[in-house]
Amino acid sequence: MTMSAVHPAPAPPAGDAAAELRDVHIGFRSGRHVTPVVRGVTLRLRPGRVLALVGESGSGKSLTSLALIGLLPPGAEITAGTVALGGDDTAGFTARQWREARGSRVAMVFQDPMAALNPGFAVGAQIAEPFRRRLGLSRREARERAVALMREVGIADAAARYGDHPHEFSGGMRQRAVIAMALALGPSVLLADEPTTALDVTVQAQILRLLARRQQEAGLATLLVSHDLGVVARMAHDVAVMYAGRIVEQGPLDAVYTRPAHPYTLGLLRAMPDGREGARLIPVPGLPPDPRRPPGGCAFHPRCPFATDVCRTDDPPLTETGGRSVACHHADEVGAASSVEEDR
Amino acid sequence: MGRFLLRRAGQALLVAWGAVTLVFVVVRIVPGDPATLILGPDASADQLASVRADFGLDKPLWQQYLTHMGDVLHGDFGDSWRLGGSAMGATLDRFPATLELAALALLITLAAGFPLGMLCARRPGRILDALVSTGSLVGQALPSFWLGIVLILLFARQLHWLPSTAGGGPEAVILPSVTLALPFVGWLARLVRNGALEEIGKDYVRTARAKGTGEGAVLYVHVARNIALPVVTVLGLLMGNFIANAVIVEVVFSWPGLGSLMVDAITNRDYAVVEAAIVTITVCYIALNLVVDVLCVALDPRLTPQNA
Repeated sequence: MTMSAVHPAPAPPAGDAAAELRDVHIGFRSGRHVTPVVRGVTLRLRPGRVLALVGESGSGKSLTSLALIGLLPPGAEITAGTVALGGDDTAGFTARQWREARGSRVAMVFQDPMAALNPGFAVGAQIAEPFRRRLGLSRREARERAVALMREVGIADAAARYGDHPHEFSGGMRQRAVIAMALALGPSVLLADEPTTALDVTVQAQILRLLARRQQEAGLATLLVSHDLGVVARMAHDVAVMYAGRIVEQGPLDAVYTRPAHPYTLGLLRAMPDGREGARLIPVPGLPPDPRRPPGGCAFHPRCPFATDVCRTDDPPLTETGGRSVACHHADEVGAASSVEEDR
Repeated sequence: MGRFLLRRAGQALLVAWGAVTLVFVVVRIVPGDPATLILGPDASADQLASVRADFGLDKPLWQQYLTHMGDVLHGDFGDSWRLGGSAMGATLDRFPATLELAALALLITLAAGFPLGMLCARRPGRILDALVSTGSLVGQALPSFWLGIVLILLFARQLHWLPSTAGGGPEAVILPSVTLALPFVGWLARLVRNGALEEIGKDYVRTARAKGTGEGAVLYVHVARNIALPVVTVLGLLMGNFIANAVIVEVVFSWPGLGSLMVDAITNRDYAVVEAAIVTITVCYIALNLVVDVLCVALDPRLTPQNA
């Protein structure tokens, strides 16, 4: 994928947040001890805009998205901060309130559509389930709505395929079904966790187009979780880069991609094939830190070519610079280095 | 489906033939002479010989076997020397009582064990879960004759709630079927619990929750659908087990079923009835296995008869 493929839809003006995380900390509890995995994340999802959350596996991006739908895995819990949906603090949500919010206010598309679908039921019935259970529609009405929805997400011959089971669907069609399920009740917030990672390259682009189209038509506030910068470039308006449970750089896609100010972002972009003839891919050296033994100072310093003494002692705060926020003591140097590369 | 059924039915026939042969051999190997039992210890050698001739017991074993197999193919296991009349007739007379007992026991096991297992899966490691684990072990260790006697003492003698023997009315079936079922309730609950726990960790459960599906429907629709297969399989085997286990329980409760008939027949060397009863139980077991196989194919959307 080339950098020139950066064509997200024109961003609508920033409005009120449809969902918001304010200084959220998430940790895994074992007994009294809590291992922090997400350490103070602030994100704002706005109607009609796609915010991409980028980072290596283990950076805490999936947990961050699951917190927004109240489905943290067993053992994980929010230890501090606020998760708000449409202005409502979810801290006080009862199980019932969460249940009612899921699907209708916030919905989710998952990574592996085969695993995400129940192998024991017809795909159509799974799409119709929210209509039956949540809206109380009759079997026939629910079926009609489900078939219409299947058509909308591009499942050919929808009426005939209603009764097919997940194993009879192709990977791309399964993900379309999962998207249909997520859109069924007209949510205002959509969480997409690696929506194309488990798919064939040939269908990735189709699924991305479908997601982008539905997102624009419905004005969905979308959180796109991905480690694939190419996917992000196609869909996102804004990018937040996560490293070791913190956001290290956040801003409009153009600013972050063309002139990264955090060395980790720079490293990620260098590690991505950009289609330039003869350009070398440079992997980010080293491994992400063990959350049980985080390094002192900036969590990235052991892998950082720009690191100095201050990085080993002080964790840099997220500060505004050059049209984005960045958490780096040497943001200016990184920015200069990335613009040199740009000119090359 | 047709070919699959045909193959399974062929296998079933083979097993049935093996069972008939085995029973034939075993019954004739065990010590004890039916002629002596019929005539009593004072009979003369001539009398014994004539009775043996009547029953074909004087012929060589292989000849007895061939004649016997020919008769069995016609459903004829010979006559009961004790009850008069055909052995198969006596067996089939008693069979419905056993079937009733086993079916009710199965229903009790399912109705108690399934929800119990689901409750445990909902809160693994909590008090109920621990109780059910222990209970299932204790239940498995209880001999059914002892359990039956305890239940009789408690509910029939002490509380006078239920009759201890058949004949009092339809409620007489309750105690013997509970005796049969009780050891397996915890066992089924454990099976359901373990299956459900494994399924609950899967992605589709998270998807269902993300759609706003309630926890009840998540467990009893989404998860239940995916553990239906192993549950149906063990229920089929359990039904066969109950029919066979009924032998002891029927004696304890004087239940007029196949089991008590068989025990009588064994004590009296009533070969024909023993054979008819054992073969009936075996055929039942085989038929249940066949039903389970077919149900499993019907239940598993991925298992088509071609690759079954």
